[in-house]
Amino acid sequence: MTRSNTMTRVMLPLIAATLVLFCASMLIGPARMSLGDSLSALFAGGESPMALVMREIRLPRALLAVMIGASLGLAGAAMQGYLRNPLAEPGLIGVSGSAALGAVLAIQTGLAASFALGLPLAALAGALISVLLVMALAGPRGTSLTLILAGIAVSALAAALTSLVLNLSPNPFAASEIVFWMMGSLADRSMTHVWLALPLMVLGWALLAGLGRGLDALTLGEDAAQAMGIRLTRLRLMLVIGTACVVGAGTAVAGAIGFVGLVVPHILRPLVGARPSSLLWASALGGAVMLLLADIAVRLILPERDLKLGVLTAIVGAPLFLHLILKLRKERI
Amino acid sequence: MSLLALSGFSIGLQGRSVLRDVSFSIGPGEFVGLIGPNGAGKTSLMRAALGLIPSQGTSSLLQLSEAARARAVAWMPQAREIAWPVTVEMVVMLGRMPHMAGLTPSEADHEKVGEALQRMDLDGFRHRPATQLSGGEQARALIARALAQDTPLLMADEPIAGLDPAHQISTMQAFAAQTAEGKSALVSLHDLGLAARHCTRLIMLGDGRLVADGPPTEVLTPERLAHVFGITAWFRETEDGPVYQPLEVIR
Repeated sequence: MTRSNTMTRVMLPLIAATLVLFCASMLIGPARMSLGDSLSALFAGGESPMALVMREIRLPRALLAVMIGASLGLAGAAMQGYLRNPLAEPGLIGVSGSAALGAVLAIQTGLAASFALGLPLAALAGALISVLLVMALAGPRGTSLTLILAGIAVSALAAALTSLVLNLSPNPFAASEIVFWMMGSLADRSMTHVWLALPLMVLGWALLAGLGRGLDALTLGEDAAQAMGIRLTRLRLMLVIGTACVVGAGTAVAGAIGFVGLVVPHILRPLVGARPSSLLWASALGGAVMLLLADIAVRLILPERDLKLGVLTAIVGAPLFLHLILKLRKERI
Repeated sequence: MSLLALSGFSIGLQGRSVLRDVSFSIGPGEFVGLIGPNGAGKTSLMRAALGLIPSQGTSSLLQLSEAARARAVAWMPQAREIAWPVTVEMVVMLGRMPHMAGLTPSEADHEKVGEALQRMDLDGFRHRPATQLSGGEQARALIARALAQDTPLLMADEPIAGLDPAHQISTMQAFAAQTAEGKSALVSLHDLGLAARHCTRLIMLGDGRLVADGPPTEVLTPERLAHVFGITAWFRETEDGPVYQPLEVIR
């Protein structure tokens, strides 16, 4: 399969799906508005309630779904490519768990209630600390195995401390708020959240998108890749910082959303001829599609009950993943 | 002009000395077999010469930048790893990476890949996922990958282990054909018969040092075989070329 026909066969449908779902996401919500009204409200501007709903509620929600979905898909593809393991996912290096711990502490201490950006900033601080910790534990010249082990250690510590906060929480309201926040959601986010996450995500996307060549070479193992001129230490640093930027920023504004980074690269791998560099952009688009779909679904399935996005992605993602495992098992036999 | 020059080269792993004070240089047009018993340090020597593990002494390859080194030497590791079900053609195309600025191969890149596929008898496998091939076929795809890198020196760690006799011989012939073009190969081998028959020069490692370096007939003496490998062997120059057959274990 040549590269150009992979582009047209996979990339164009994914771009089209992203655009269509983005528009659909803009049209769905409790405020019933017709298609024409919605669009004119969005572009005409002004201070009408319709314009406010479009610009301040629906637009940030759809933008965040695209940004976070693309981030999770891209980081998942990069992580799987680096570790040469289809079971790797962006949360593996402990960033999402630590960002969640930062957010939980912000809710518990009241920081989240005292000013709007208290929670996301605390989550970003958690992500930053975890990255420094993972890099210190894995060492500058360590292998992919030391990175996994360091990530598992940091994830476990973050999970334990999160449980400790819940355990000792004197306030049942804070505890339930923590539990709901951790399920992940895009409801009631504002453009402030978009502007907070965007710079970090753009930096992370740039770092991760630059990994294609190195990940292709890693198909043949670390020794062969290094002998083909790939600087593995630099590649790993770009991977860890890039993943931390996109996943940290995503978790900070939307909570923990699982399975996207694991399932999307897995589904798209056969469609791009398994080539890690092609899988990077395909997974970014695929992640955006999956998260837009999931966020539309939570609004359509139980509009009154605030179904959480992270719950839905896991409910849909886990059986999908099982199906893929069964398919893989059949092929091996 | 030498393609690889080691001098006073020593390797220690975790405080244990693997090789001490190895010096040799490889010029153009040589097919060098690296022989020695298990644990003699063949793999370590090649990896250290490439800068993949730390070493003392000098290796000419370590004075090059990573990018220049990838155009000076191709390396086929012993572990035959192909992580994803990419096509055989793409595996071989990875060898062209050091010559490509971006990710899009040129006409010349396709040509080199075609030659390498043909040389390793892989034309019919071009579009098959590499992970579905047998172990020996995967090894051939990885050798083709190293050939496609089109470097003055090719280093391979036991490239013919696990191949059928016909492909063992044709692989040795592929390396020998490279030397006719002025390129060189440094290849670790356990099959002393094939080494004696195809290599222009053998380097024997044993007891943590370089034991012998020269043409196969001079290196493979009964005394060295007994001392380093602990075997006896039958060796004759025949009408069909040199024939070498290991016979008995001494120790």
